Amino acid sequence: MELNKLFAVSLLSLAIVGCASSGGTTDEAATTETSAEESQTQGVPGTEGIDVVTEEQAEMAANPLLDQTTIYFGYDRSEIRPEFKDVLNAHAEYLVANPQARVVLEGHCDERGTVEYNLALGERRANTVKRYLIVQGANPSQLESISFGEERPAEVGGDEAAWSKNRRAEISYQAR
Amino acid sequence: MMKRILSTLLLLVCLPVKAELTIEITQGIASSIPISVVPFKTPAAMPEDIEGIVRNDLERSGHFAVLSPDDMLSHPKSEEDLYFRDWRLLKQDYVVIGSISQLPEGLYQVRYQLFDIFNEREILVQTLKGTEAQLRDIAHRVSDAVYEQLTGIRGAFSSKLAYVTTNPKRTKFNLVISDSDGAREKVVLTSKYSIFSPAWSPDGKRLAYVMLEDTGSKVYIQELATGKKTLVSANKGINSAPSFSPDGNKLALTLSKDGNPEIYVVDLTTRHWLRVTNHYAIDTEPNWMPDGEHIIFTSGRSGSPQIYRVNIESGYIERLTFDGHYNARARLAQDGRFLVLVHQSKKGAPFHIASLDLLRGLLQILTSDTYLDESPSVSPNGVMVMYAAKHKKRSILAAVSVDGDIKLLFPSKSGDVREPAWGPYLN
Repeated sequence: MELNKLFAVSLLSLAIVGCASSGGTTDEAATTETSAEESQTQGVPGTEGIDVVTEEQAEMAANPLLDQTTIYFGYDRSEIRPEFKDVLNAHAEYLVANPQARVVLEGHCDERGTVEYNLALGERRANTVKRYLIVQGANPSQLESISFGEERPAEVGGDEAAWSKNRRAEISYQAR
Repeated sequence: MMKRILSTLLLLVCLPVKAELTIEITQGIASSIPISVVPFKTPAAMPEDIEGIVRNDLERSGHFAVLSPDDMLSHPKSEEDLYFRDWRLLKQDYVVIGSISQLPEGLYQVRYQLFDIFNEREILVQTLKGTEAQLRDIAHRVSDAVYEQLTGIRGAFSSKLAYVTTNPKRTKFNLVISDSDGAREKVVLTSKYSIFSPAWSPDGKRLAYVMLEDTGSKVYIQELATGKKTLVSANKGINSAPSFSPDGNKLALTLSKDGNPEIYVVDLTTRHWLRVTNHYAIDTEPNWMPDGEHIIFTSGRSGSPQIYRVNIESGYIERLTFDGHYNARARLAQDGRFLVLVHQSKKGAPFHIASLDLLRGLLQILTSDTYLDESPSVSPNGVMVMYAAKHKKRSILAAVSVDGDIKLLFPSKSGDVREPAWGPYLN
């Protein structure tokens, strides 16, 4: 019991440190995506401007699958579709290689069905991803799941094109 | 059955101020009762159009065909001026006449009489007194009494609605209460976070609701008189779907703190928690039965959402819905004789509101003109169901009678309106 509490406190402080250093949480994945592109097109700077690339960053750049932080689900389904297993395997590998990395898994639904059932379904989606990552070796303490149900759609619209983009789980790194 | 369609007959709510909701009757009943509410005798300037509110209430109930004052042969202000033959000529069954007088200290007195034209006699007379701010309440009380006298069912015009309004960008959410006709809107909570599942306490003094914050969903109870907001549940995982017990002392809700959404009951005084369900499938959307001993809820345990009933004490569970692919968010009507729920007949079919007669096991789909129908909430007299639906790409409120015969739309002027909850009787 005491150990658990201690662990929770250290986890929390890690999460806070993570947030403070990155200056933002949910947008982090997107930021890394664009900065990788920028570094390709910019000219070579002088010696003072050289940054030390950490191993994690190098690995991150090495695996483009890690840039994919959203996976999609079938209607009223919460199981992982085969086409997203490579993406999740890449994230699991990263989490194994970087034990300090922390991730929030956000579950979302389309607008069909009831608000409350969708809140539960969103959690199911987040938890399925969480379990998959654990099976692939990630430490449960690295992962947290949260459901936003149908309340935060990625795309507003009343057709399957929008719905299919809203039935999703987002992998949001809180600390790398 | 032949249904009289009063399509797009727009009944503007009588207040000249910006009442956000208007009401459209899209379907009424053929056997509606012809009634005339004659313009009342009033002081020179009246802040509220009492008989106009009564007319709208009665019309909106679907049970009455209300004659326009323009079509009346005379506007009698007292019994002496009332000629029954005139009203028979107009094929009216009932006539309401009344007068309003101003008393000292800003009080108003409203006296009205209801006459049975066929039997040529007065069948109801009442005098009501109140402040200017209470004139609307008085009007709804008149409607309640007339409705009950003529249908045998207690009127629910005086009850309140709670619902959530959102701007089109969904960056601002308001929890709103209003009169049953959408007038006198009052915002009781504004948030950047999504608010849903408002639930009334049985005495109408508190609202429980869910707020979906960045860290997850939390359940609050707010006192309406003071605006005081108390956190009830902020466990890890889901905290959602509150429902008050019939005595108002307990709250049923959904928590997933143990890994999976389950139904719990919390005693609001002792804060003693009781876990009611235990299944690896989703269990959510509890609603207390009037006996206080059972809760109905939605569960995915059979593969798709269906409605179940659990005995809180023993944990004994019974499945109630068998018809259809998706049955969820059930509410009880008429002392638990009917369930009103969100129904999808088969996978891919539209979502509509349906009623289930629990004695006969008969399921009836009540809505057809709206789509993505959800959040049904039953009026305290068990007659009407308010629900949210998509209509012209916006989320609006709509209502349908439990028998499916009467249909109303409440289009809003801007943004989306969701999550209606019909309040209890207040008097």
